[in-house]
Amino acid sequence: MWNSPAEFFAMGGYALYVWGSFGVCVLVLFLEPLLVRARFKAIVRRLKQEQLAEQFDRESSK
Amino acid sequence: MNQVNNPSFSNSRLINWFKLSSPSTFYPVAGKLIPVFWALTVAFGLAGLWISFFIAPVDAVQGQAYRIIFIHVPASWMSMFIYLAMAAWAGLGLIFNTRLSAMMAQALAPVGAWMTFLSLWTGALWGKPMWGAWWVWDARLTSELILLFLYLGFMALQASIDNRRRADKAGAILALVGVVNVPIIYFSVKWWNTLHQGASVSLTKAPAMAQIMLWGMLLMALCFWMYSIAVGLMRLRAIILEREAHTDWVRQLSEVKS
Repeated sequence: MWNSPAEFFAMGGYALYVWGSFGVCVLVLFLEPLLVRARFKAIVRRLKQEQLAEQFDRESSK
Repeated sequence: MNQVNNPSFSNSRLINWFKLSSPSTFYPVAGKLIPVFWALTVAFGLAGLWISFFIAPVDAVQGQAYRIIFIHVPASWMSMFIYLAMAAWAGLGLIFNTRLSAMMAQALAPVGAWMTFLSLWTGALWGKPMWGAWWVWDARLTSELILLFLYLGFMALQASIDNRRRADKAGAILALVGVVNVPIIYFSVKWWNTLHQGASVSLTKAPAMAQIMLWGMLLMALCFWMYSIAVGLMRLRAIILEREAHTDWVRQLSEVKS
């Protein structure tokens, strides 16, 4: 149904609207999981540091 | 994955569903489910995009611009459905005072907000070439915009209250009151004379579109559905760790131990 890649990307003259929709959609669906993963890593790092701090406390009070 | 509190869960064939309502039990289960839902997201997404761009023929009236439907409709469906799910979890948390339900509601709100944004964004990009306007104050568009404000209001309200339990309760009430907006969005095209077209797919009558287009739309809807679950569970795990940071089971987790 598409005769050339150029025709595909032109989307019958509606390139701005079609690719603007799909592009932003893909961008959001990629960014959101990355942000969530950063949030997860941040809390794990915090918890690790807390445990390390407690370990130091225990060792220094011995 | 560490299951300190519940050795019986992994051994027993019969899953005790009530046990799953505790954050310590659900945390490792969610961790196992996330890759499954990501795999399903990718599979449905690739199949859906293939149909959207290479199988579905050009529309006689709207030309190639109609292809926006393949993400516009799924995003709009999810924006409404996630709101109902979020309100249901928030309501359960309010009634039974279960910690995990409130966390579920909190984890779903941003996904729902993003879906609503995508629905409005793709709608604007579709409206411009077809109606000649990015935005009109039509009943369907306005009620969808209110849905976005409800999501943002829910998140802002929860973030502004320091006491976690009170934040959950206040958020739950806001979410439950906002449920009234969902049928308004859904039926707006029937109740009012809107510029927005009527439903393309309904439960009561045959879909007003070609079979293959319907398949593309359903596959994309499944992709968005799986995505929402996957990213919701990921956020849920982060929220569980944040809110249960003081507990013993979190300290025992292998990923936290140094």
